[in-house]
Amino acid sequence: MTGFAFRSITAAQTRPGQWRRLSDEWSADRQAFRGASWRKAMMWIFLLSDTFVFGCFLLSYMTVRMSTTLPWPNPSKVFALEIGGTELPLILIAIMTFVLISSSGTMAMAVAYGYRQERVKTALLMLATALLGAMFVGMQAFEWTKLIHEGVRPWGNPWGADQFGSTFFMITGFHGTHVTIGVIALLVIARKVWRGDFDTGRRGFFTSQRGRYENVEIAGLYWHFVDLVWVFIFALFYLW
Amino acid sequence: MSAGAAHETGQSHPIRLYLLVWGWLFVLSACSYLVDYFHLQGGLRWFLILLFMIVKAGLIVAVFMHMAWERLALVYAILVPPAALLVFVAIMTFEASYTLLTRIAFALGG
Repeated sequence: MTGFAFRSITAAQTRPGQWRRLSDEWSADRQAFRGASWRKAMMWIFLLSDTFVFGCFLLSYMTVRMSTTLPWPNPSKVFALEIGGTELPLILIAIMTFVLISSSGTMAMAVAYGYRQERVKTALLMLATALLGAMFVGMQAFEWTKLIHEGVRPWGNPWGADQFGSTFFMITGFHGTHVTIGVIALLVIARKVWRGDFDTGRRGFFTSQRGRYENVEIAGLYWHFVDLVWVFIFALFYLW
Repeated sequence: MSAGAAHETGQSHPIRLYLLVWGWLFVLSACSYLVDYFHLQGGLRWFLILLFMIVKAGLIVAVFMHMAWERLALVYAILVPPAALLVFVAIMTFEASYTLLTRIAFALGG
């Protein structure tokens, strides 16, 4: 308690600068990430590594697009859909973007209700998130089918540079896989929330550990990351 | 003390905040779609696309992923390493330009 009081007094007298605080946090404590549990810290570190995976995909896309002598197919035309007789550029991608952002919104609210111990609302919002995620994967499957019918292959396409197909399938394929895994994880955790596992302290079937509502937030971190990656794919692959 | 500890581990923020960020993400996505819809070209297009992208990413990381309320040690451990990707971008820009140059010089059309 004395240590706690002492710290609050010094904090009031002089507010240390940002670099001072950073070095203090790394050097003075036994636990550098105090406030974040090991589960959350580990999820963040996993997401950091995943950032590099997607970073390398987008970088290789940049490299092949910059170095090809053939024109790059125009994404605005390639991903256009005809709805009611009018050609709308990129419309499916725009809808997919809105669906994924909405799923992020419902996920953030599920996390907030989880910490308020509102079991039913949390489970329903997670279910809504999973449904929106499944919808996203469904639209992606539709998009893949359409492009494959139009003759896009990893080794060529009718409109220009051959590398278009390989980068498209690799980047959106890996992202879609992430979304699919996220949907499964959300359904598993939503079931636990619905059953009240985090209130009763029931042990998990795989780890035999007692979960808590923080698990919802950790699943949410993964889900928001998937949305985050889509923000970059949307801007750099579809709009560029 | 227990209230303080609960505040540190539990991220409980008003629902209104999430709805507000959700709304902003919708507006920003609509804006980046309109960039394509109105066929903006050149520097303005790249500037707007990157601007909307960075603002959206910032909102998601800061509010939805609660980075704004995490400890500085965690924030820096997660957000600084991806900056290495920018160095990688610079290296690969040189590499791609060189490849393009040699393709134009020696194997045009290939």
